[in-house]
Amino acid sequence: MINLEFVINTLSLGSLYALLSLGLVLVYGILKLVNFAYGEYVMIAGYGLYFFGTQMGMPWYVTMVLAVLAAVLVSYLTDLVAFKPVQAHSPNALIVTSFAVSIFLQNIIQTAVSPRARVVHLPSLFSKTVTFAGAVVPVRNLLVIVVTAVLLIVLSIVMKRTVLGMAMRAAAEQFTTTRLMGVPADLVISTAFILSGLLAGTASIFWVSRASSVDPVSGSAPLLIAFISVVIGGMHSTVGAVVGGFVYGLVFNALSVALPATMISYRDAFMFVIVVLFLLFRPEGIVRKGYVEERVG
Amino acid sequence: MTMLKVENLFASYGAIRALHGVSLEVAEGEMIALLGVNGAGKSTTLKSIAGVLRPVKASVTFLGEEISNRKPEAIAKRGISLVPEGRGIFGSLSVEENLRLGAFVSYKRDRYRADLERVFELFPILKERFTQPGGLLSGGEQQMLAIARALMANPKLIMLDEPSLGLSPAMTDHIFELIAQLREHGSTILLVEQNAERALEIVDRAYLLVNGAIEFSGTPADLERHVDIESVYFGDEDAEICEVPQ
Repeated sequence: MINLEFVINTLSLGSLYALLSLGLVLVYGILKLVNFAYGEYVMIAGYGLYFFGTQMGMPWYVTMVLAVLAAVLVSYLTDLVAFKPVQAHSPNALIVTSFAVSIFLQNIIQTAVSPRARVVHLPSLFSKTVTFAGAVVPVRNLLVIVVTAVLLIVLSIVMKRTVLGMAMRAAAEQFTTTRLMGVPADLVISTAFILSGLLAGTASIFWVSRASSVDPVSGSAPLLIAFISVVIGGMHSTVGAVVGGFVYGLVFNALSVALPATMISYRDAFMFVIVVLFLLFRPEGIVRKGYVEERVG
Repeated sequence: MTMLKVENLFASYGAIRALHGVSLEVAEGEMIALLGVNGAGKSTTLKSIAGVLRPVKASVTFLGEEISNRKPEAIAKRGISLVPEGRGIFGSLSVEENLRLGAFVSYKRDRYRADLERVFELFPILKERFTQPGGLLSGGEQQMLAIARALMANPKLIMLDEPSLGLSPAMTDHIFELIAQLREHGSTILLVEQNAERALEIVDRAYLLVNGAIEFSGTPADLERHVDIESVYFGDEDAEICEVPQ
């Protein structure tokens, strides 16, 4: 049962989930905000693919870049327009605002485009399969692994080697003290939202390509996945988010293989049982935090 | 020349008034102590100056410019470094990264190495610990790192909030020696201390905060002559405090 196909599929699912959860945790780390509008950034990028690709017929690589940029822009703007004004208030104000942003974005798309799903065209490369050491694997699954690996490496270099990255890590730990160093709060928060949008947008390409369509509530499933990954891996570090994504992918695939055919439709239920067990016995997730945190405000 | 001038600083935490019109001045090159018991408003005063806490009402001028409504990062950029209470070390970042962030506002590629060397001269232990995470340092080492990090900004004014808190007597001695050394190097320092006796040994002037207001100010000798420090600290209601000389 555990063959190369399983390994590659698990890695690809884990990669996708890791991208999703990392984007959620980056904002949480800085603002201590669980951003319920995060799924909408995935959805917006999906509509970017639809608009620039299906509607305007741009080449697929241009389409993808523009779609990701759309998610980045929307993420950045939601901070500027919605979160920044309530930032100094209670954490509850931020969370409620994120629900509002989520509903607002869904309704904008419903009104401006359509409540029904739209077809997204992706290059044929995405739907091809290759035989790889005896295993039949969709090219899409290999692509997501490569793209995630590259993104994670680049991100970790940025976080480790640049002053902005250091400031981001410092701010996740002690926001006010970071400002005392002269690091502008807005810079750190905006960067978190931009990176969050970048990850959501990139994940969206692979998420949308699975169904080849996008609708106004396409964001809810990715949000849930990011959420579960974060519960499993740990909310307090980027490593936790990535670990959580991969563990989720592994458990999900293992359930798919291990459960008898009659039970396969209960896969999600089993997954939620695991989440509940985590919340009961290891609420801080697999990767524990090693330092005290502080909230902005 | 007056570097920092705080006039009528009122601050509160929600409904609780913490400062009732604090006024103080720090001249360039001076070392000033702000003394008082727990809850007198010492840290609140520093936080208000640094912009971490928005004062209810105040006039704070630094080098002739009003800074009372500025953001903390803008105030840091103008040359005020606060070494916060509890040190505020970034535990998951290395000593090197802590120092690099300290230099955020002042960074110049050609000067950075020299600044580091200058800091290592004062705190040789940090050179040894350079690549270690800040969270693994001892309390005394963390305090040195916090001061060193503030120095990396080449600040015009350093504000130290309880640098001896939680340190062993030997380490406290060492930290006070270092602060006195900074002074000799020409730094302007506003020092908040519970350990009044130690602070009075090294400062030029001191302010005594009682219940959120300045009760006395003067040289250490004045203070010792007019105020019974012990009774202030140990809550003797009959403690005599003379008029604040204007």
